[in-house]
Amino acid sequence: MASRPRTLYEKIWDAHVVERRADGTCLIYIDRHLVHEVTSPQAFESLRLGGRKVRRPDLTLAVPDHNLPTTARLDAEGNRIPIADPESAAQLAALEANAPAFGIRYIGPTDAEQGIVHVVGPEQGFTLPGCTLVCGDSHTAAHGALGALAFGIGTSEVEHVLATQTLLLKQSKSMNIRIEGALGFGVTPKDLILHIIGRIGAAGGTGYVIEYSGSTIRDMSVEGRLTVSNMSIEAGARAGLIAPDDKTFAYLQGRPMAPKGEAWEQAVAWWRTLPSDPGAPFDCVVDIDAAAVAPTVTWGTSPEDVAPVWGAVPDPQSFAEPAKREAAQKSLAYMGLEPGQRMQDLAVENIFIGSCTNSRIEDLRAAAAVLNGRRRADGIKQALVVPGSGLVKRQAEAEGLDRIFIEAGFEWREPGCSACLGMNPDKVPPGERCASTSNRNFVGRQGPGARTHLVSPAMAAAAAVTGRLTDVRELMG
Amino acid sequence: MTPVNTIEGKAIPFGRANVDTDVIIPAKWLKTISRQGLGRGAFETVRAEPGNVFDDPDYAGAPILIAGENFGCGSSREHAAWALANLGIRAVIAPSYSDIFSGNAFKNGILAVELPRAAIDRLMDVAKTDPISIDLEHQTVTTRFQDRFTFEIDPFRKHCLLEGLDEVGLTLAMEPRIAAFEKQQASWLSPAA
Repeated sequence: MASRPRTLYEKIWDAHVVERRADGTCLIYIDRHLVHEVTSPQAFESLRLGGRKVRRPDLTLAVPDHNLPTTARLDAEGNRIPIADPESAAQLAALEANAPAFGIRYIGPTDAEQGIVHVVGPEQGFTLPGCTLVCGDSHTAAHGALGALAFGIGTSEVEHVLATQTLLLKQSKSMNIRIEGALGFGVTPKDLILHIIGRIGAAGGTGYVIEYSGSTIRDMSVEGRLTVSNMSIEAGARAGLIAPDDKTFAYLQGRPMAPKGEAWEQAVAWWRTLPSDPGAPFDCVVDIDAAAVAPTVTWGTSPEDVAPVWGAVPDPQSFAEPAKREAAQKSLAYMGLEPGQRMQDLAVENIFIGSCTNSRIEDLRAAAAVLNGRRRADGIKQALVVPGSGLVKRQAEAEGLDRIFIEAGFEWREPGCSACLGMNPDKVPPGERCASTSNRNFVGRQGPGARTHLVSPAMAAAAAVTGRLTDVRELMG
Repeated sequence: MTPVNTIEGKAIPFGRANVDTDVIIPAKWLKTISRQGLGRGAFETVRAEPGNVFDDPDYAGAPILIAGENFGCGSSREHAAWALANLGIRAVIAPSYSDIFSGNAFKNGILAVELPRAAIDRLMDVAKTDPISIDLEHQTVTTRFQDRFTFEIDPFRKHCLLEGLDEVGLTLAMEPRIAAFEKQQASWLSPAA
């Protein structure tokens, strides 16, 4: 049958339509559901009250990550150390009880595979190309890097997926972000996605599903792609897809939950048909020149507030729109900045390397390469490295990266969301700056009054060494 | 869900753009296993500002909130919608919303009304002295000064809100369709044990 060219997004969408209504709303089948402790308790409670079951526990995976402390979880005798905060303990206990009660596979705080849901999913082969994947967390967009249609949902939708394995959705518009060329020396996927958000704005992707394409993406590692797709939501897009290719398949093959044997061959054969057809129509196309991307930092309280590291804090008066002027003024007041200050003159007291954006082994390697044989500056009060999962941690230790971090004055922690979101003990104190590899610089995000500058892992390491925001290339061979 | 039709009363002229869900409800308040009581933490950082609209007695108990572009961006936390509901907010009026927030609001019976910038500016003015009326059935926002703005809403969402329908229950009624869909799925889809 001759059919019109379709995008990757349309192909996945079409393959998951259970029912299409006259108004265009579709009942979409959900292949994978990740559940964590913060956005699920109310959903399980509603199921219980309604006498409803989980339709497909086998397609659901529960992992605590958000409010789990990242300090040691077992004492010297191998007993679990209780969680001091009673509310966090109650939330974790709820997940620990709900998962077996509803027959859901659960990876607990002391399991080697535990980690941030968005690190664990790909690592376990739970995330697969061509699948629909949801989680009650906006950074679910990350899984799009493997060619999964993945997006964050609210708790009512978590309940809907648990009960029905479907969601009622309207198809989004499609945006093709084409990135061509090689990223410069010292420029990473994190710098690229910050640059993109700066270009299209924090709401530029609202209503769209993004597909990232072009030679820069093709040449990028799967882990780098995960960083790019992860921050799609910071541009307002619910999902950020990347076409699956041989790199994707090599990454997934042999992972514990990935298909095996003949099933693997069947799956790969279908995955190869998924990339957007030549001439497939997009509602919007954005072209990015990779060579123009600088090592990038944020100055404000929206991820769109980006500047090259050698740049300066902008003057709010330079923005044309009154709303943006006012927002920039408020951002500068919160961040304790003056127009014209050079980004590289800003002293930081905190370093955070972690989060679902930048806590994979390649991120830790990039930071360790900068820190090797160096020590954190005197002005640094807190420097945390939080691996994205127990398996990342183990791999890093096998490579000796933990020694490099510890010798550089970093704390080597247990996996979790940590200081990305200020709901567990890891926080940035009020009024202090943090060079952070996380994804959001919102007001109060890393703790009340915390001042966040988003950077890549290598740039966070560079800031640790000099005690200020720094162009990492000054420290690279 | 309680049916929604008309919402009438004072509106809080907040007006700020890019209000993220960390501002609506900071993360420390998410450590709850209940939907209730989140109003205490709503807009905590804004309420720390002297003279903020949320603590202005003129707007106490107001059922409507007026905001700028991209309201509810950031995290998917439905706690943002629960916190608004707990504050007594039954409708938000803004030029645009994040996709996840508008879905969460709808599922909690909060009307997310989208109006152009000029209408927002006008309503911000009116809100300082007078109440605002929202009529879901006729899709209008009106004031006693003869202002009349019409808004768009997805017909399915409108229907669910007007009737107070439970979406999970509606979908469960389609079980045979879902089961039929599952039968034709590839066997490799079930994760390896």
